[in-house]
Amino acid sequence: MSATESRPAEQLPEKHYLNADYGIRSWLLTTDHKRIALLYLVSVTFFFLLGGVFAGLIRLHLLTPKGALLSPEVYNRMFTMHGVAMIFFFLIPSIPAVFGNFFIPLMIGAKDLAFPKINLLSWYLYMIGGALALYSFMSGGLDTGWTFYTPLSSVYSNSAVAPAVLGVFINGFSSILTGLNFLVTVHTMRAPGMTWFRLPMFVWAHYATSIIMILGTPVVATTLALAGMERLFHLGFFNPQLGGDPVLFQHLFWFYSHPAVYIMILPAMGVISEIIPTFSRKPLFGYKVMAGASLAIAIVGFLVWAHHMFVAGQSAYAALAFSFLTMLVAVPSAVKTFNWTATMYRGSISFQTPMVYAFGFLGLFLVGGLTGLFLGTLGTDIHIHDTYFVVAHFHYIMVGGAVMGYMGALHYWWPKMSGRMYSETLARFAAVVLFVGFNLTFFPQFLMGYAGMPRRYHSYPPEFQIYNVLSTAGATILAIGYILPILYLLWSLKFGPVAGRNPWPSTGLEWQTASPPPTENFEVTPVVTWEAYDFENRPDLGLDKPVIPAGPASGHD
Amino acid sequence: MHRTGELYGHFETLDQQRESASLGMWIFLITEVMFFGGIFLAYTVNRHANPVAFALGSNTLDLRLGAINTGVLLASSFTMAMAVWAGHTGKQKLITLFLILTLVLGGIFLGIKTVEYAGKFEHHLVPGSSFHIPAEDVSAAAAKADPDFSAHAQLFFSLYFGMTGLHALHMVVGAGLLIWLIRQSMQGRYTAKYNTPVEMVGLYWHFVDIVWIYLFPLLYLIDRRHK
Repeated sequence: MSATESRPAEQLPEKHYLNADYGIRSWLLTTDHKRIALLYLVSVTFFFLLGGVFAGLIRLHLLTPKGALLSPEVYNRMFTMHGVAMIFFFLIPSIPAVFGNFFIPLMIGAKDLAFPKINLLSWYLYMIGGALALYSFMSGGLDTGWTFYTPLSSVYSNSAVAPAVLGVFINGFSSILTGLNFLVTVHTMRAPGMTWFRLPMFVWAHYATSIIMILGTPVVATTLALAGMERLFHLGFFNPQLGGDPVLFQHLFWFYSHPAVYIMILPAMGVISEIIPTFSRKPLFGYKVMAGASLAIAIVGFLVWAHHMFVAGQSAYAALAFSFLTMLVAVPSAVKTFNWTATMYRGSISFQTPMVYAFGFLGLFLVGGLTGLFLGTLGTDIHIHDTYFVVAHFHYIMVGGAVMGYMGALHYWWPKMSGRMYSETLARFAAVVLFVGFNLTFFPQFLMGYAGMPRRYHSYPPEFQIYNVLSTAGATILAIGYILPILYLLWSLKFGPVAGRNPWPSTGLEWQTASPPPTENFEVTPVVTWEAYDFENRPDLGLDKPVIPAGPASGHD
Repeated sequence: MHRTGELYGHFETLDQQRESASLGMWIFLITEVMFFGGIFLAYTVNRHANPVAFALGSNTLDLRLGAINTGVLLASSFTMAMAVWAGHTGKQKLITLFLILTLVLGGIFLGIKTVEYAGKFEHHLVPGSSFHIPAEDVSAAAAKADPDFSAHAQLFFSLYFGMTGLHALHMVVGAGLLIWLIRQSMQGRYTAKYNTPVEMVGLYWHFVDIVWIYLFPLLYLIDRRHK
């Protein structure tokens, strides 16, 4: 980057949020949103690795058709624990709890979130929920699937369902409080001049995510509470033997769990909306439409839950309605994909690691999204429901989309959070390894799913072995793609070059303060006078004037 | 995070602080609506599916006690509103008085609820192995219309205990908040300039009251028959 090479080597700031205070109490009793973000970073990474271990065991077991590694009962526990750990304790908190917490106040020019103590409480609720889930895992795990369908979960299962359900229940309140905090913060804590339409798209994405968190999560809390009470007190809400209805559980469960997948993807989309303009040196195309699309995804996402229940016995009319709405919810996602592409058009593109992850996101999210349409089509769904086609679809979105977004965020904002840069060569290599490993793991799953291999089966007919072997091989490569960043990022903390205030450079307000930032974020409360992503009118970024005219800044497209 | 007087360090002005608290409490109440909404939905669906058993269930509930409780809670919302008014006008002694009255009324509600619950246990109307509805209370027509009568009646009582239990839990939390407020108020913390906590707890208390306003007709009043 010609802009930074001519500047003299920078020093880390003398006082910043990491060295402002020392000792375990200053971390465990902190109310600094940046420290809380790092607390979350460590804990979600733990659950990610744990979920990864379960995934590794699943893939190892599935190398052979008869499944030599695990008994059927233990296999059921493996995929259940993989899902519970990954969804509730990694994916749902991931970007919001780490990067949302760290950067929303910085991006809007505030000193902290609206409710710093509630922010800390959110982390403790997450930890308590996680501890309960861990207790369940260590007591033999649970075998109900992460979807906890009744009456298996509430009556018949002989596994540690109750602690896991309680853990997820408590974790839900962590999510609710985080969403509440973000909503109030964006409404009341914006710096002077930071109007709604000057907000970075990352903030809009988290605003939309927070709406889902506060409206959906309480419903799954009630649902799990009812299922738990049914299990403990032998009540009959969902047990047909006692006059209850198992499909009622499914409706209540999916009413949250479908919007939950938008909780997982919207923040990642927000990250991509930050990375692509930065590495195209161009404003985000269609700012207002992008903001509207985020809100549309959040709202329409509440109307499609029963597309998980097409074969559960609902009426054809209900199925039709949900299928139609499912088609609708794909539209804003597609609009976003087009707008990211248009952002890059005639931009000045560079392929640093965050951009490599963004490209990966674009391709993989596209495949995941399109295959979602196949699943949302009633006739096709009859054939591919409960097969590996579904497994491949949601892993393309959740791993190829959300986790790529998470990794992109990690690499984009690492210099700001730590003050250091990582090895670009190694990082780019790891990103490519991840991409290759991911596709090798999950693309064969589309094929075998379509050919009829059901999901959640511990053994399979021999003709599917080739797909499973390819998938397992891919999983080992994927694992390397995840281990490498942990290594070089940790290494960079001590040995990486000092990053400086704005290494990329980017237009966001978070890059105006030091790396790492001081505890109070800004020495002086900033007054914002520029539009979002306005590369043209930002001489402070030190960019050469672009040869080709850049697109107009947001709000004037 | 430090505090200078009433202002927390991360806020710029008291106004911003109050607005944030207010918006935060309203959003929290929205989450509570969704929380109760889930179980209300379960109740509605099951009531629709099992009208006979649920009608009988409703008729076993003590209408007099339920009505008294409704009046008690409405009165407590009034005293709470008076406490908020006293807060706005800076009448410190009245703040404390009205908060105490609200707490007392809340306590009466919980006491009457305890009496009702005890009655359910006595009459074997708690779901489980000891559940039993005496034969003379079940009309022949009802038993014929619903062969799974006992199971569905137990479903009613599961939901009854679930819904009113959840509500009572929220009342207990509210009582705890009131105790905290009373202690602060007795130390003269709340003035015309700063009375946000009183207002916020007021919002919460009114919400818990409204939940009961829905619970009472849904559980006690639908399909009520004169004895």
